[in-house]
Amino acid sequence: MELLQSKDLPGKGSFSHGIHPPDNKSLSRDAAIEVVPTPKRVVLPLLQNIGVPSKSIVQPKKQVVAGEAIGVGEAFISTNLHSPINGVVENTGVCTLPNGRHLPAIYIKAEGEQLSGQALYEDVLGGPWPKDCPAIYYPSTISKAIHEAGIVGLGGAAFPTHVKVRPDDTKMIDTLMINGCECEPYLTNDYRVMLEAPGAIIAGALHGARAVSAREIIIGVEDNKPAAIERLKKEAEGTVIKIAVLKTKYPQGSEKQLIKAVLGLEVPLGGLPSDVGVAMSNVGTMAAIARGVIREKPLTHRVITVTGRGVSNPKNLLVPIGLSMQDAIDYCGGLTKDAARIIAGGPMMGFAFSNLSMPVTKGTSGITVLTHDDVRKENETSCVRCGRCVDVCPMQLVPTKLAMASRHGNLSLAHQYNIMACFECGCCTYVCPAHIKLVQLIRMGKAMVVASRK
Amino acid sequence: MNAKVDLTETNRVKDAAPAINVSPSPHIGSTSNSTRRMMIDVLIALTPAVAMAIYMFRVYALIHLGLCVATCLAAEYLFVRMRGKSISLNDFSAAVTGVILALSMPATAPWYASVIASAVAIGLGKIIFGGLGMNIFNPAMVGRAFVMISFAGAMGAAAYESGAGWVDAISQATPMNALKQAGALTPIGDMFLGLTNGSLGETSALACLLGGLYLCYRRTASWEIPAGMIATVLVITGIVDLVGGHGGRLILHHLFGGALLFGAFFIATDPVSSPLTPRGKAIFGIGIGALVMLLRFLSGYPEGVMFAVLLMNAVTPLINRWTIPRTFGEY
Ligand code: SF4
Ligand code: SF4
Repeated sequence: MELLQSKDLPGKGSFSHGIHPPDNKSLSRDAAIEVVPTPKRVVLPLLQNIGVPSKSIVQPKKQVVAGEAIGVGEAFISTNLHSPINGVVENTGVCTLPNGRHLPAIYIKAEGEQLSGQALYEDVLGGPWPKDCPAIYYPSTISKAIHEAGIVGLGGAAFPTHVKVRPDDTKMIDTLMINGCECEPYLTNDYRVMLEAPGAIIAGALHGARAVSAREIIIGVEDNKPAAIERLKKEAEGTVIKIAVLKTKYPQGSEKQLIKAVLGLEVPLGGLPSDVGVAMSNVGTMAAIARGVIREKPLTHRVITVTGRGVSNPKNLLVPIGLSMQDAIDYCGGLTKDAARIIAGGPMMGFAFSNLSMPVTKGTSGITVLTHDDVRKENETSCVRCGRCVDVCPMQLVPTKLAMASRHGNLSLAHQYNIMACFECGCCTYVCPAHIKLVQLIRMGKAMVVASRK
Repeated sequence: MNAKVDLTETNRVKDAAPAINVSPSPHIGSTSNSTRRMMIDVLIALTPAVAMAIYMFRVYALIHLGLCVATCLAAEYLFVRMRGKSISLNDFSAAVTGVILALSMPATAPWYASVIASAVAIGLGKIIFGGLGMNIFNPAMVGRAFVMISFAGAMGAAAYESGAGWVDAISQATPMNALKQAGALTPIGDMFLGLTNGSLGETSALACLLGGLYLCYRRTASWEIPAGMIATVLVITGIVDLVGGHGGRLILHHLFGGALLFGAFFIATDPVSSPLTPRGKAIFGIGIGALVMLLRFLSGYPEGVMFAVLLMNAVTPLINRWTIPRTFGEY
């Protein structure tokens, strides 16, 4: 029956190549979302989206209430920022993010009564999510509300959502494609949202589709999440939304691969989903849109997974943005003795970091802590030209050639082999028997190409 | 109170801190996968052929296996030391070259042929290019070709037939030679099981198939290469068989007699000297198959796998350039 549902879609439910890493989702899959207690302090970096930082509009000592704007995104690709708690601005300082960027940030100390526990859960994810009201809004009203609410893509890339759902006369959008694949191993935050708040996702999807004037709405979910598929289907009954069941495979959730798997379309090299009439976002973002538009509440909280064998009690958490990684890990019982690597996000594309004072941002999908046994070995030997990296690259590149071209600074060779098409999924590095850091080399090569263009 | 709790928490994480390491993504890797594991796979896959060689050729097999493996390891050690690189014996690639080389020798080849072939295989076939992964030609075949040309007399048909009487098989002609010289067909069953004369490891089609299928299953060998080779041989011999009215026996003879299967699974599939892409691998296999048939039918030699592999190795960089895959989204 599930397959029937995807049969009326043109895609084949999968893309070519890719890998099947052990998903390790059972560590946290069955842990219902818990609300962490309001922390004593939150740290809100002014850049929480791809693009331009927001501008601070508060001064130290200023009282703020939960949901109040403290930063505005003035540039086109920028977002607003809101305080997740009631409190006082302590100071505006600097903080470092897992990807190594130093950023100005607003520090807010909690003060007074706080919305917490079940009440907070109800406010963010719970309650009824009316499905019939998109028609009462103009598309522009919806995208304006999304802009106001400071919503970015919650899948990890953190691209400002209002830019994606902006009605655009030059590029017609037929389909709103919603990513519920969660193909990164370990992470289960999207899964839990699909299970616990399918109503918010469906309502968000209907509003999002109205904003871009899309006729079709498809939610893609991997077949290792049958319970989520059931919940979404039930919730979507009577709407135009279709659920596409996809093969479990990494990186099924990559936007180009997902469009290929569901719609059978190939986004042109160097192009965007909108080039084939698709707007793409993930399920968590839909829930944020529903809250932003229907309840007029900004994005101040998100669901993250804290998991891995390096964490005592893996959990899914509803956290205020700005919570420190340390607080999140402590809430899950702390690190275990053999914890070896702490990653913001999942183990395939996440950033490793060691400074636990860093905050959870809008783009943080989770924290994965690996033990020494889990971590990839890095004793590099020579490439034996086995071609395994070629066999798995979802972009159908020749990773070994790209890596060697980067290593030797041969930009014309890198160009010939389409180095810029690599989206750094890591499949090639995952399979390489010689343990060559292919992605790292390719990343370096891409940087050289970009530099040479200037 | 609270402050105190916080402090211990921080301390605990600090204690753990030295063990926390930072590195770029991806942070996990396929665990069952290393160069060394690939080489061990090859050694495992070769065991049926080795067992069959020892069963058929007794002490002759042991002598060549011992000489080749020992010389390959020694040569690797020596040459790598000379280049001032760290010793690479533990990746087992030299051992693999040794075993494959030994299995490609005739039973009664002189001992120095094995020693020289091994030294050349590692020295000229591999280290001179920069070691594992850098060589263009299959090292074992470079060594084999070197002694075959240097000691044409001792390595030719005579080496396959001058054997002592107590190993029966050695006194017969090899199936391919019998076919070439006298047009005689050896019983198919004998060739399949390996009860014939030939190079040490090539006689048993069964042993090669068993090991080869394991290698393909493990994906250590790319199936496109043996498939391309075998399919091409089937097509060409099929046509000749039909025209000549051999009733299928010529096909099986070319398939099971001689080094075709051994070459298809263990020699041509050397990842280093074969192409990168699936399409390239298929072209490579088809090329070898066609060259083998050309050499078997038209050259003075009864066999052609070794030269066919070496010739296609030379074309591999070109094949790689011809078969750059179409990038996703490229029109
Ligand atoms: S997987 Fe590694 S060893 Fe194999 S061809 Fe690619 S880079 Fe070389
Ligand atoms: S080359 Fe890039 S896109 Fe291809 S597998 Fe490697 S990281 Fe992924």
